[in-house]
Amino acid sequence: MIRIIRFIVIDILRNRMVLAYAVLLAILSWTVFGTEDSAGKAAITILNVVLLVVPLVSLLFATIYVYNSAEFIELLISQPVRRGHIWISLFIGLSLCLMLAFLFATGIPLLLLADAATAWVLILTGCVISVIFVALAMLAAITSRDKAKGIGVSMLIWLYLALLFDGLVLFLLFQFGDYPIEKPIVLLSAFNPLDLARILNIMQMDASAMMGYTGAIFRNAFGDGPGLVLAFAVLMLWAALPFLWSLYIFKRRDL
Amino acid sequence: MAPLVNIVSLNKRFGRLQVLNDVSLQMTSGASIALIGPNGCGKTTLIKTILNMVLPDSGSIFFDGLDIKGAVSYRQFIGYMPQIGRYPDNMSVGQVLDTMRSLRAESAAVDDDLYHAFGMNHLLDKRMRTLSGGTRQKVSAVIAFMFRPRMLILDEPTAGLDPLSSALLQEKIAAERRMGRLVLITSHLLSELDEMVSEVILMHDGAVAFHRSSEHLKEEAGEERLSKAITAVLRRSQA
Repeated sequence: MIRIIRFIVIDILRNRMVLAYAVLLAILSWTVFGTEDSAGKAAITILNVVLLVVPLVSLLFATIYVYNSAEFIELLISQPVRRGHIWISLFIGLSLCLMLAFLFATGIPLLLLADAATAWVLILTGCVISVIFVALAMLAAITSRDKAKGIGVSMLIWLYLALLFDGLVLFLLFQFGDYPIEKPIVLLSAFNPLDLARILNIMQMDASAMMGYTGAIFRNAFGDGPGLVLAFAVLMLWAALPFLWSLYIFKRRDL
Repeated sequence: MAPLVNIVSLNKRFGRLQVLNDVSLQMTSGASIALIGPNGCGKTTLIKTILNMVLPDSGSIFFDGLDIKGAVSYRQFIGYMPQIGRYPDNMSVGQVLDTMRSLRAESAAVDDDLYHAFGMNHLLDKRMRTLSGGTRQKVSAVIAFMFRPRMLILDEPTAGLDPLSSALLQEKIAAERRMGRLVLITSHLLSELDEMVSEVILMHDGAVAFHRSSEHLKEEAGEERLSKAITAVLRRSQA
C-alpha cells in the first residue's frame, strides 16, 4: 500500500495544478502579511482565505483526480491488490499532497510572522480542512460515473458549506431571535466543518466579535478547553465519515 | 484435467439490461480461446468479472478450484491487457513498470521478452502523457506478460498496434500458449485469430451461443480458415 501511496504522491506533485495552488496560496499569504498593519489582522484575513480557497481547491482537485485515475484504478485492481487499499492510498496520497502544498505556501509565512499559537491552530485547521474536503470530494466522485456531474456535486458542497450555510444560520437567528435558540445554533455549527474550523481559530485569536455569529455563541456556550476538543473531534468525524462511506461504495462497485 | 477457470451460471444486470445471462464456461490450461461476439454482447463484462472488477449478481467463478469472490491473491496468476490502457499522465514508463513489479510479492525473474522486443528501454524516461495510443498498448502488453501468469486475458490486444508490433505480440501469444498458459483473447479481427486460437466462444446478448474447438468449427462449416468458418456459422445461425 505504501508503494501505491508513493506512486500517487509523485504523480500529484508533478501536477501543475497543485503547483499553481501552492503558488497562489503563497502569494496570498505573503501579500496579506505585507499589507495588513498587524499580524493579528493578517491572521484573520488568512483564516478567511483558508476557509474559502482551501476547501474549493481540495474539492475540485481531488474530484478531478479521482475521475482521471479511473483507468489506473482498473489497472491496479487487475493486479493482486485489495480494493480497499487502492481507495485508502488515493485518499492518503491526495490528502498528503494538498496538505504539503498548504504547509509550504501558508505554513511558512504564518510560522515566521504570526504569533506561535495562532499560527499552529491555523496550520492545523488548514490541514484538517484539506483532508475533510478530499474525503468529501471522493464521496462526490464515487456517487456518480459522470465527471461533469461529480464536479457539479463538489461545487454544490462547497457553495453550501462555504457560503449558503452561514446565511441559513443568520436567517434562523433573525426568524427565531425571540426564542432561546443559542444551544440549537451551536449544535447546527457541527453540521458545517468550515464553521467549526472558524470557531476553533477565533477562540485562539480572541476576536470572536469580528467573525460569524455562530462563533460568538459557540464561545459563550462552551468556553475554551472542552469546546476545542469537541470541535476537533467533530472535524475528525467530518473527514472519517464521508471517506468511510465512499470506501463502502467503492468496495461494492463495478468498474 | 480440471479447468483452470470454472464459471458457474453467472448473472449480471446493469439496470434493466441483462449483460450476463446464466453464463457457464470451463477454460483449461493450454487452451487459447477467442471470445467473440457483436458489440455489447458482454465480452468485456465477462472478462471484468473474472478479474473481480465487476461483481456478479449471482453465480460464481472458480480459479484453480478456489472461489474468487472477495479473493485477491489469485490475480497474481493473471496477466490482463485492457482494451484501452491509460496510466497516470505524469509518471514515466519506468516508474509504471517499477510500480507494477513492486505490487507483487514474489521476486522471481520477470519475463522481459516483450520489453526488449518493443524497445521499452528507450522509453523508460518518457512520461505516459506523451505516449501514443499504440505505445501505451505496448506498455500494457509488457505488464500483462511480465509476471509469467498462468492465464492471460487480452482485450483487443492488437488494436492500435503497428503491423510489426502486432506480429511480435502474436508470436509471443503463441509462445505462451505452447508453454501451457491459458489465453483468453477478444478480438474483432477474425483473420488474426486464425493462427492463435484453439477454441472459440461466441457470446450473444449476454449468453454463450457456443463454445467449440476451432477444429470442430472448421469441420462443421467445411472451411479451411477459422475466420471463414466463424462467419459461416454466424450466417447460418442468423438465417
